[in-house]
Amino acid sequence: MRNTRIIAKRELTSYFATPVAFVFIVIFLALTGAFAFYMGGFFGRGQADLEPFFAYHPWLYLLFIPAISMRLWAEERKTGTIENLMTLPVSTTEAVIGKFLAAWVFSGISLALTFPIWITVNYLGQPDNGVILASYAGSFLMAGGFLSIGSCLSALTKNQVIAFIAAATVCFLFTMSGVDLVLNFFRAWAPDILVDTIASFSFLTHFNAVTKGVIEANDLVFFASLIVFWLFANILIVELRKAR
Amino acid sequence: MAELIKLDGLTKCFGELLAVDAVSLSVEAGQVLGFLGPNGAGKTTTMRMVAGFMEPTAGSASVCGHDVIDDPVGVRRNIGFLPEGAPTYGDMTARSYLEFIAEIRGFDGGEKRRRVRRIVEMVALEGVLHQRIETLSKGFKRRVGLAQSLLHDPPVLILDEPTDGLDPNQKRHVRDLIREMSAEKAIVISTHILEEVDAVCDRAVVIGKGSLKADGTPEELRARAAGHNALVVTVPQAHTAAMDAVSDVPEVASIDRLSEAEGFVRFRLVSDKRKNLAPMVSDWLRGRSIPFDEMLVERGSLDDVFHAITEGDSDA
Repeated sequence: MRNTRIIAKRELTSYFATPVAFVFIVIFLALTGAFAFYMGGFFGRGQADLEPFFAYHPWLYLLFIPAISMRLWAEERKTGTIENLMTLPVSTTEAVIGKFLAAWVFSGISLALTFPIWITVNYLGQPDNGVILASYAGSFLMAGGFLSIGSCLSALTKNQVIAFIAAATVCFLFTMSGVDLVLNFFRAWAPDILVDTIASFSFLTHFNAVTKGVIEANDLVFFASLIVFWLFANILIVELRKAR
Repeated sequence: MAELIKLDGLTKCFGELLAVDAVSLSVEAGQVLGFLGPNGAGKTTTMRMVAGFMEPTAGSASVCGHDVIDDPVGVRRNIGFLPEGAPTYGDMTARSYLEFIAEIRGFDGGEKRRRVRRIVEMVALEGVLHQRIETLSKGFKRRVGLAQSLLHDPPVLILDEPTDGLDPNQKRHVRDLIREMSAEKAIVISTHILEEVDAVCDRAVVIGKGSLKADGTPEELRARAAGHNALVVTVPQAHTAAMDAVSDVPEVASIDRLSEAEGFVRFRLVSDKRKNLAPMVSDWLRGRSIPFDEMLVERGSLDDVFHAITEGDSDA
């Protein structure tokens, strides 16, 4: 626990050690706003809610989350600091979780800084703040899911560009797995049970359910088990490939 | 003395490639072991396995009684490891990096500050504490890496090329540091600078193509050089003809004429058994009343031994 906290702290500080974090946050805020106002029709739809704001989160995350996660392990391997880190008295599990938590907290900070839109919508009308809170929670959970995928794939390579593209692709598949484009590919040869399973892996399905204001156990379990699964894979990959 | 490092048949394969081939050896407290070998001989791989970064394919290694496979964290606690190239987090300042290391080594509050202050003094980092590591010169970067490995005052130190890329003054400083600490620690340094072995090591191990080729004090290794104990004698030119008969001395295997200058000629006499020829040859010269201007026993060079051992010359 202690080691995890120390690693997370170091990792989080290093996000802010360079202007990268600030650039990232500014662009993230600008884009979430722009999507909500222009493409989501925030004003035009005549409803005081944040649905048009949250609706674009999965798509923004496809771009932004791999950008956070790509450096987690790829950079350590590229610069050789992984040899330093993994010969300190910390277990691989502590290191993986610590790094993941730092990235998750960072994405949480970015998400929390979108609060002006929440103030705006409360100023304009009487939104259901319960739904908004649930949506924020859902968005944060989804960010965690994306990050666990990105962190795991980042451990596979020394190249951050590859880590970015791989993470974006896998996250895209997870986001899209509920739509026919993906399912038809499997329907041709896979048994129904597999197709249903794949459909249930869709981020969109679970995220949309949460943004309706209903946090159900199965959505929580979905994101939690997704994160656990990918971090477990992450630990294995770091163990196997750290020295390559 | 306690064996702090123990390797038993340590082996590492990368696919088909046998990188380290059944290396067995142990290092006691108070010993500085020089790990020699050409690039690619398996030095770094061996050190990585001892430090718990790589898992051995076969065999075992233990540090202070902790096995590297069963208890890697126990090993890491007792070891200070400077990886090849001294990688550190470049975006951190030297101070925040060392504080991070101190925290992860289990030091908090006053103890953390005390440890960091002590190590900063020891490796002379005072002037650059608040600079980001990536902006430092190579020498300072290396010293930050060294500080990281020494911070918790470990009983075992594994330093992979600790003086690589340092200027001569910095090299001397690091060697002094290693010697100062050597009394109660087991220290392994890898290097291909042979003078370093003389400067700091009391034992040297040569590794070539993954396996141990030689193990002994630097003096013992030197004795394996082909030209060890060769004798250089300078005699006046008038007596050169008489010198041909020196091969009558039973131990002398060959005579080379090295140079002629200002009426003197230098000869180099080599013993076939690398014995010291000085007593016998000086008796012989005196017996024949040949005056000599200079008599010098050459020591074998580690360079020659290193070359002979690692290039597979069986003569060494």
